[in-house]
Amino acid sequence: MDISFDVIGKNMIITMEKELDHHNAEIVRNAADKYIYTNKITNIIFDFKKTIFMDSSGIGVILGRYKMVSTLGGKISVVNVRPEVERILLLSGLYKLIKKYESLEEALENENV
Amino acid sequence: MKTYKNSMHLTFEALSVNESFARVAVAAFATQLDPTLEEIADIKTAVSEAVTNSVIHGYEEKGGKIYIDCSFEDKTLDISIKDEGKGIENIDRAREPMFTTRPECERSGMGFTFMELFMDGLEVLSEKDNGTTVKMRKIIGKAE
Repeated sequence: MDISFDVIGKNMIITMEKELDHHNAEIVRNAADKYIYTNKITNIIFDFKKTIFMDSSGIGVILGRYKMVSTLGGKISVVNVRPEVERILLLSGLYKLIKKYESLEEALENENV
Repeated sequence: MKTYKNSMHLTFEALSVNESFARVAVAAFATQLDPTLEEIADIKTAVSEAVTNSVIHGYEEKGGKIYIDCSFEDKTLDISIKDEGKGIENIDRAREPMFTTRPECERSGMGFTFMELFMDGLEVLSEKDNGTTVKMRKIIGKAE
């Protein structure tokens, strides 16, 4: 599995893998939720720099994490989004709930609590 | 002018690990039509959605066989994805955006919506307890 989790305070950066489909989504979800609970994470940044494929299962992963952290006042953002992922995010309407930044640095500057 | 034709058939187990195999195989077959990167992405997403539906909903993750038939004539690519699973009771409702029968799976209910948006034709044939066949069509090179 080529996914990494970096915890900085109450923020977590999830660097997603190359492909995010139903198969990978379950792995990501289980791992992410463990981190969220043990580190009391409120803000999550999904870094898509490696991701070249995503389908509706990926939307489910983001939306599910949004539901978890938003009740605690947390936020979700996405960074380094390639066109293959962007079209899915746009069509899903997720940008009503989450923010996009060009880079990780920009996201950390704006979302850090 | 001679029509350019080809076809292929795939049978594989309804395992989530085969979702990527299926979309990559169909995309590789479609490359003969010289599609754009965007068209390839459209096809991969649509195939992924249909196969995932068969794995999760058709067979409820208990396994079975998934059959893909793929053919083209000139620039028209037809893809049929079939399972012998539990079928869909209400097809219209299943095709509604955000509708899902299994919220605990935490997908988005956007599967059929994406298939519709990314392809040029979508037909869903299904009956309760009698499997589901999703037929999709993509015209390659429309933008030219």
